[in-house]
Amino acid sequence: MSRSILRSVAVPLAAVILGLLIGAVLIISQNASPLTAYSSLLQGGLGDGDALLRTLQKATPLIFGGLSVAFAFKAGLFNIGGQGQLLVGAVFAAGVGFGVDGLPMVIHLPAALIAGALAGAIWGGIAGALKATTGAHEVIVTIMLNFVGGNLTDWLSANPWKDNSGSNIVARTPLVEDSATIPTLGSVPVGFLLAVLAAAGCWFILERTTYGFEVRSVGHNRNAAHYAGIKVGWVMASTMAVAGTLAALGGAVESLGVDGRFEAGVNVGLGFEGITIALLARANALGVIPAALLVGLMEAGAARMQFKAGVAPELIDVIQALILFFVAAPIIVRWLLRMRQDDSQQLQLGAGWGRT
Amino acid sequence: MKPRQRQLLWIAAAVIVALIWGFYSADGPQTTAVLAGTVRAATLLALGAMCGMIGERSGIVNIGIEGQFLMSAFFAFTVTSMTGSLFMGTIAGVATGLTMGWLLAAMAVGLKVDQIIAGTVLNIAALGLTSFFYDRSRSLGVTKYTNIDLGPLADIPLVGTVFFSRPPITYLTMALLVVVHIALFRSVWGMRTRAIGEHPGAADTVGIDVLRLRYLNVTLAGGFAGLGGSYLALEAVGTFSRAMSGGRGFLALAVMIFGRRTPFGAYAAALVFGFTTALQNQFQLKNTFDIPPQFVGMLPFVVTIVVVALSGLVGSMRDPAALGQTYEKG
Amino acid sequence: MTELLLAARNVTKRFPGVLANDDVSVELRPGRILALLGENGAGKSTLVNVLFGMYRPDGGEIVIKDEIVDLRGPDDAISRGIGMVHQHFQLVPPMSVVENIVLGAEPTKLGLVDLDEARVRVVELSERYGLEVDPDALVEDLPVGMQQRVEILKALYRNADVLILDEPTGVLTPQEADHLLRVLRGLTESGVGIVFITHKLREVLAIADDIVVLRAGRVVGATTPTQATETGLAEMMVGRSVALRVEKTVAQPGDVVLQVKDLKVDDDRGQLAVDGVNLQVRSGEILGVAGVEGNGQRELVEAITGLRHTSAGEITINGESLANSSTRQVAQTGVGHIPEDREKHGIVAVYSLAENSVLNRYYRQPFSNRGIMRREVIHEHAEAVVDEFDVRTPNVTVSVSSLSGGNKQKLIVGREFSEDIELLVAAQPTRGIDIGAIEFIHRRIVEQRDRGAAVLLVSAELDEILSLADRIAVLYDGKLMGVLKASLANRESVGLLMAGITG
Repeated sequence: MSRSILRSVAVPLAAVILGLLIGAVLIISQNASPLTAYSSLLQGGLGDGDALLRTLQKATPLIFGGLSVAFAFKAGLFNIGGQGQLLVGAVFAAGVGFGVDGLPMVIHLPAALIAGALAGAIWGGIAGALKATTGAHEVIVTIMLNFVGGNLTDWLSANPWKDNSGSNIVARTPLVEDSATIPTLGSVPVGFLLAVLAAAGCWFILERTTYGFEVRSVGHNRNAAHYAGIKVGWVMASTMAVAGTLAALGGAVESLGVDGRFEAGVNVGLGFEGITIALLARANALGVIPAALLVGLMEAGAARMQFKAGVAPELIDVIQALILFFVAAPIIVRWLLRMRQDDSQQLQLGAGWGRT
Repeated sequence: MKPRQRQLLWIAAAVIVALIWGFYSADGPQTTAVLAGTVRAATLLALGAMCGMIGERSGIVNIGIEGQFLMSAFFAFTVTSMTGSLFMGTIAGVATGLTMGWLLAAMAVGLKVDQIIAGTVLNIAALGLTSFFYDRSRSLGVTKYTNIDLGPLADIPLVGTVFFSRPPITYLTMALLVVVHIALFRSVWGMRTRAIGEHPGAADTVGIDVLRLRYLNVTLAGGFAGLGGSYLALEAVGTFSRAMSGGRGFLALAVMIFGRRTPFGAYAAALVFGFTTALQNQFQLKNTFDIPPQFVGMLPFVVTIVVVALSGLVGSMRDPAALGQTYEKG
Repeated sequence: MTELLLAARNVTKRFPGVLANDDVSVELRPGRILALLGENGAGKSTLVNVLFGMYRPDGGEIVIKDEIVDLRGPDDAISRGIGMVHQHFQLVPPMSVVENIVLGAEPTKLGLVDLDEARVRVVELSERYGLEVDPDALVEDLPVGMQQRVEILKALYRNADVLILDEPTGVLTPQEADHLLRVLRGLTESGVGIVFITHKLREVLAIADDIVVLRAGRVVGATTPTQATETGLAEMMVGRSVALRVEKTVAQPGDVVLQVKDLKVDDDRGQLAVDGVNLQVRSGEILGVAGVEGNGQRELVEAITGLRHTSAGEITINGESLANSSTRQVAQTGVGHIPEDREKHGIVAVYSLAENSVLNRYYRQPFSNRGIMRREVIHEHAEAVVDEFDVRTPNVTVSVSSLSGGNKQKLIVGREFSEDIELLVAAQPTRGIDIGAIEFIHRRIVEQRDRGAAVLLVSAELDEILSLADRIAVLYDGKLMGVLKASLANRESVGLLMAGITG
């Protein structure tokens, strides 16, 4: 059993190392020192209590985003809509967070979270329902919804929900009430704990429940699932709704726990990182946690790396893309590690755009 | 196409012509501006659609057109800025597109990576690399491509300005529509390409090298996206900015599907989509109705969703049978 | 004068974990028909793919027209005059007959494909050899028999001297099969040599000049029709004595269990596939539905089992009207379904045997409780099925894809039989599996009948129908062409119905 864990970790681990190596080359091309860069990266992510807090905060939406993509993967669906789902989750959670006052935290906080989650469920559910009824490919629909979501949240934070206090001109909501703010326990944000809980929950649902069995069956063989009496369309729609909820919770936690409000233009690109995380974790719900911690670490330390080594923080994006490449093309990694071919490890989704 | 559908298409065309006539009589300059903007937006989408369809006819899905646009625009801009030559920049863009097409082929065909994942890698890599290397202080240095009048044709009211008084890459795109159409439906290459997208096994057993043709086609298709990137930076906008492709690589896929994976169909679909974009720009400039710009901005994307959903319902827009599936020999 | 048109000498071919061909030698001379006989998995297709250049042999050599050759691929074989007609047609459905025939060898004019010239040649060839086709018809609109002609014309267009046919008669009515055999004989008169792969003993004796029997990758016998008998060949194929017919007692039919009235069902393209079918199956009897594939069998079975919508008519099972119900509702009335395509509908390849053993029952007690799956119960159930149905596997946790076709099918049968069922719908239940598994499944189907279940057996293998059914119906072009008592039916009478000829 531990042998197979080792095998499934080997490729992602090697991918990370290769990505860092090539990143080092890029750093040199900018006349900086990779050693300084990477050590300051580590310092900025783990060096002290503050750093750790930053890392865990960064990792939280990544866990949610990774779960979102991974859960959809299990049903054979590709959720690229994490960005839009995250944004609507963030804005609606913030909306309930600042718009209502006088409620005790025990009611207000969950309500705000649920508002965000519902927004995400709808955002993901639309794509799922369209796929189920018209066969419209979820890749296109979710990407389109990303843009629609971006526009919608821009408008909300610049008009009806704008923060008109003081001399503010930026498109953002007012601060959320204290009763809707997610607390921090020492260096550990409670949002991170929520994320870990969500990961455990996803794992349990997928591996141990009848619903999870249905999701996985649809993902592996839609026809056999139909034969087995599973309502394929319903599974697809609900899976996308769940995926949307997960990504949205990531956004909600950002609004309520980290930023304290929703601000347009922040969190750009956060939704896409979920894809990298999910692939690094090989679409495994529990594997998402270490993957998110790694990337979160890099992002938390990026500012320090820029300060100390003069390297632009976008390097992290490049390294992520490289890691993604190596994870997606494990043959290269295996050849380097002289590992045996194992096709069951390959992630496959491929199908056309319309009804199947 | 069935005769019924053909009838409907003629009626739709007639209605559109009548509407345009009406608007032109009411407000000439604004109508001209919107229609010119339509063609401007449609050119990029048509190039992206041609990239997508050459790949998909061969059985390979390419959702990395967005990344190809972006990277090609970046190189077209940078090379022109460094050499002062629009032509060199255009070539650089096409070359970038070809290279990224080759990368996609290497991943999807050679390494048998899932095609959607491969395309996503291209997109994420393009965004990261262009953002990382983007030098904000750099400018194009020369004027972007300007309109070239096609002799007396350009003097025709409305039609002349819209179609015959355009910059070079726009003309090139229109010419390419014809070339691709003939190649795809009348040439040996085209017949074999369509065969490998529908039934690669059949092609294999008559001695066609399926993998090699797919490699070739996906690489070649990248050149179209590269031209699109060059167009974006050197003709449409005149500079580079972060993430400037703005989702249009994905819109191009909807255009491709809507246009039934044919060049002329795609151009017609591109004009429809381009129209919504041009309208959005026009609204933002004139602010005729009191619609918030963000909602107008949503328009092309909502239209895309509707189109994709409807084409699923209509059902006759069949994918090539082998689309998205990795081909394993024997 | 060529001595040897095509030969394999000591050919060996290995795949991971399996020795597909082991020191195999066969010879084909001009104007002769060589039949390669063997059951599924014996290595016939592998050998022929080696001869056609699709695979490279690991050992031995190939001879084409007296010359030892090293084939680089199918195009090499084609250029040397070898033509292959595959079991699963290698045709591009949305393209026309002419386009399919010339693909890869396109005549050109000014760099573009010259379809006019191609058409002329195709028509000429088709008339010469008795293989009439409409050159501009789209392959996807053609019936299966016509599609096969296109496959043959593909080879003839390239001036084939050798024609290899892989299980060609599986998709033909007996009359069409006879026509094909006549066409082949006509070809041999012009010196063409034919290699004919089949598992059908009757055909081998009817047409072959030379017979080679393969078993487990080796040649176990070479003979001629005059020297061989069906039983003898069957024993060579399997390596032991084989009962060609199932032993069964006379049926004791009871009440009507399945009633189908005026059923109309569309196929995937929206065209009418089942056209007003009426039938009944009683408990304790096996109704066999014969017919070449593509005449509505799939749509009929899918409509009855809930996998497909009907456009008109009634389906009643034990008095309950079940047309357009879900697969689950149908199953819950006591229906077991052995699907026609096991890889597509019957199993999820990645899942373990345990998960597959409850594929359509996972939601019920005792396999799950309030939404949580009970793995130990599922595991035990799987072991019981594996035990009782002789499924060869190291354990029930391995992925089902590691099983052979026959064992997969036995697992599916075991799953469907693990509860008492009132109606069994078995579609092509023994397709593509070894004889041992075929015998086993046939026995179990008869057992179900004797237990009192009603059995609807749909099969394109006429021998299977004749062996198992108590009453035989024939489906042709979506219509039921008559129901015969099995005792009164034979190949000829059923064959006529299969070709649409009544009266």
